[in-house]
Amino acid sequence: MPKINYKDNQGNCKTIEVENGLSVMEGAIQNDIPGIDADCGGSMACATCHVYVEEKWLGKLPKAEDAEVDMIDMAYEPKKNSRLSCQLIVTDELEGLTVITPEKQS
Amino acid sequence: MKKTDTIIIGAGPVGLFAVHQLGIKGLKSVVIDNLDKVGGQCIELYPDKPIYDIPAVPECTGEELTKKLLEQIKPFNTKFFLNERVEEVKQDKENWIVKTNNKKEFLAPNIIIAGGVGSFEPRKLSVKEAEKFEGESLFYAVGNKEQFKNKNISIFGGGDSALDWALELSKFSKINLIHRREEFRGAPHTLSEIKKLEKGGKISIKTPCQLDSIEGDKNIKSITLKFDDGKTEKIKTDIILSFFGLIMKLGPIAEWGLNMSKKTIEVNSENFQTNKKGIFAAGDICTYPGKLKLILSGFHEAALASVECFKRARPNEKYRFEFTTSSKNIQERLGKK
Repeated sequence: MPKINYKDNQGNCKTIEVENGLSVMEGAIQNDIPGIDADCGGSMACATCHVYVEEKWLGKLPKAEDAEVDMIDMAYEPKKNSRLSCQLIVTDELEGLTVITPEKQS
Repeated sequence: MKKTDTIIIGAGPVGLFAVHQLGIKGLKSVVIDNLDKVGGQCIELYPDKPIYDIPAVPECTGEELTKKLLEQIKPFNTKFFLNERVEEVKQDKENWIVKTNNKKEFLAPNIIIAGGVGSFEPRKLSVKEAEKFEGESLFYAVGNKEQFKNKNISIFGGGDSALDWALELSKFSKINLIHRREEFRGAPHTLSEIKKLEKGGKISIKTPCQLDSIEGDKNIKSITLKFDDGKTEKIKTDIILSFFGLIMKLGPIAEWGLNMSKKTIEVNSENFQTNKKGIFAAGDICTYPGKLKLILSGFHEAALASVECFKRARPNEKYRFEFTTSSKNIQERLGKK
């Protein structure tokens, strides 16, 4: 199973093995990773699973759909490397992906 | 103080169906919601998105589902209290007293909390000075347009609300429209109007940038924007309007002495009562072993809660289980004679 690194804004990092096909958000929720709320449960309706993707990974991820980009506008302190973790589906290619959770989600 | 049989908190699909389940048992209810319209997440988050897992409804949108539920509960003439957030819940012998932020009071033996993930509130600006100006010269909604006449207004956001208000207020004020990226998302007509006004100098568009700081003492004097390339710009501003959508906050529910697990309320799965007798929770906000956050699960939870509500509201009557297809009582209550 691919290993995903969840880093908080203080730099503390937890590495979790996440099953292929789950989202990075689901990996966090199922393993009680703090910093990802996912209020809407992954329907891309709330922006509370917002993460910053480590720069080197940005180009390797499938591009965000318009709806995701629009929703990121609503996130807390969005940046260039912002993504919604519910839209990042884990595959073997994502082995070693690092996402950083923002200071807060709302 | 308004007396009723059950106070329902939350006008989403589960709150609406609770009205039905109580209504066919002859119980009155009132519904309180923080939003200005009924439908909850169905209306606020996905009015146009299809739902495929309502039994016997192969496909419907959040808006259609809400309309159908309203039609289904029409016979009960239920009173809705919108734009009201429940602040306080306290016990009064066998009853509960509920107080809202607008000082409305309700009394009932039962409360059903069908609050989804809490109340919707505007997402606020993250700079720390923002709070100081909120309600005076910084707003997250436009109440009275009059106070925005002949001002320098800085509007934040890239969606419909930001664009619509930029257009409307540009009729009598100078507008800065500020967004973190180049693209705006709005109706094509609105976008072309905005472009026209920009050419005419009525609206000045600032992208891609974000708010860095707000300057001023009692009133806002200016704001500083930080652009993606690192440059900053100070803009004269009297009023800030920010439209970054709504977020869901559990709010005062956490303070009512209910057993909680994360952001959800613990209930038993027999009658969906919480640790407080007469307070029930149904829908996304409740949790129990095996809980699924599906609308259909919420309907089931409301149905079972309504039985216990009946027992509490009519302690001297015996509860009789009845089918809508065959019960004369129910058909009368539904106006089917």
